[in-house]
Amino acid sequence: MPKPVPDAAGVEKTVSDQSLFKTVTTPFRTIPKSLAISVSILVWVLVIAGWFALTYSGAVKEMFLPKPEAVLATMASMAADGSLWEHMLASVQVVLIGFIVSSIVAVPLGLMMGTYRIVQAFLDPLVNFIRYLPVTSFVPLFILWIGIGIEQRVAVIIFGIFFQQLVMIADSARSVPRDLVNAAYTLGTRRIETVFHIVLPATLPNVMDVLRVTMGWAWTYLVVAELVAARSGLGYISLKAMRGFQVDVIFMAIALIGILGLVTDQIFRLVRRVLAPWAH
Amino acid sequence: MSALNLSNDPRSSDIAIDKVVLRYGKGESAVLALNGISFHVERNEFCVIVGPSGCGKSSLLYLIAGLEDRTDGTIRVGDKTVTEPGPDRGMVFQGYTLFPWLTVAQNVEYGPKRKGFPAGERKDIVDHYLAEVGLSKFANHYPSQLSGGMKQRVAIARALANDPEVLLMDEPFGALDSQTRHSMQKLLLRVWENTKKTVLFVTHDIDEAILLADRVVVMSGRPGQIKKEIRVDIPRPRTMDIVMEPSFIAMKREILDLLKNDDDDH
Repeated sequence: MPKPVPDAAGVEKTVSDQSLFKTVTTPFRTIPKSLAISVSILVWVLVIAGWFALTYSGAVKEMFLPKPEAVLATMASMAADGSLWEHMLASVQVVLIGFIVSSIVAVPLGLMMGTYRIVQAFLDPLVNFIRYLPVTSFVPLFILWIGIGIEQRVAVIIFGIFFQQLVMIADSARSVPRDLVNAAYTLGTRRIETVFHIVLPATLPNVMDVLRVTMGWAWTYLVVAELVAARSGLGYISLKAMRGFQVDVIFMAIALIGILGLVTDQIFRLVRRVLAPWAH
Repeated sequence: MSALNLSNDPRSSDIAIDKVVLRYGKGESAVLALNGISFHVERNEFCVIVGPSGCGKSSLLYLIAGLEDRTDGTIRVGDKTVTEPGPDRGMVFQGYTLFPWLTVAQNVEYGPKRKGFPAGERKDIVDHYLAEVGLSKFANHYPSQLSGGMKQRVAIARALANDPEVLLMDEPFGALDSQTRHSMQKLLLRVWENTKKTVLFVTHDIDEAILLADRVVVMSGRPGQIKKEIRVDIPRPRTMDIVMEPSFIAMKREILDLLKNDDDDH
């Protein structure tokens, strides 16, 4: 008979082995926070251990998969000579410009689209047509039109995320409960004020989520744009590294994009918590 | 505080509804929701509409609020004919309609703020009405942190803080459990006796109707029309105990019969 063992850390720890097994195998049941953190760390330990195992055992040639410390060494040397920051900055700059320009237009326009049927009727046919076109197919066109400068990469990002943002923001604006708007009317809100007084704050948590998700997509489109035409950026150094069989550089670039993505994601979560403290 | 006249001389108006028709859709598929409704709610009166679901009683409330457009007829509140929604007609809805991004106090403050009241005056209003509904301690909570009954109490405070001429209530306690419901009814009666706003209250609960009303308007459905108006002469203040009294039971039976006949008709 397993019996509960009281623990200084709290009630959650009093579970016996058997009931802990039951806890983790019960759908939707929350697990102790310490356990959640442990397994979150475990996944990276496994990935990195697997990486070590594959490279040190010789199962995969170093030409295809570099040793972990080789990637770290490359990162350190590129950081030392400054080229790392230069490329990282170039990428971050393009992503931010593309993302901000797109969002500044997509948020208000999406809210209008979700609120006013006339705007929706006007934009829907066009937006839904463009939305399904693969962005990559436009890259040659963009190069022809705007060359291979930063504008081209920004254009690819905007084209990749703008229409998606528009549709998702319009959707969340449409789902604002009618009686919330009605209540606002009976309290003296005028029709013209509805979009920014009621619809915007009501959808703000959703809008923040849309921005967070599309920020991730912006990184994807950035690399696409940089692989095709660029002279700097993390995608560009990957492509250059491939030509010189520098797999360690490719891995470093991938890792950096992942880390940057992780950081921006956390920033968005933080901003959402500050801007929309009522919605958790 | 005294400059506000919070309870001494609140604004209050009568409601005149004259041959109001509401039809949804056009041609063959048109549905007649309200068929020539006429009645009058006195200034300071607590009037309750009861009727089966789908009889158009909520629609009538939305028409008075100006949230929907009537097909025909006229609606007048005080000396103004209703053409659009406005802060002179406060409304408490069936669902929860507090602004989730505002705290309890900010929700109550919303109407006075739109009217351009200075901050000090707004604070007095918020304090007064939150005290009135017993939620002073929750001023800085967000609606998501409140129970259903508390949300509706804030909604009542928010509507009253705007000092409307009439208060429209669309089954505001319909989603609450019976315990909470009773305490809300008690609270509403107390608040109403303090403010003496004209109240038009919609419900399908006959007990609730008789307990609250000066007058019960019984509606029948499809198309919605008025069956009968019944004056409730039970003296105030009333408590839940009146449900045992013969006059209450007689009235309840009469309303039940009116609604039952309605079932037989269709």
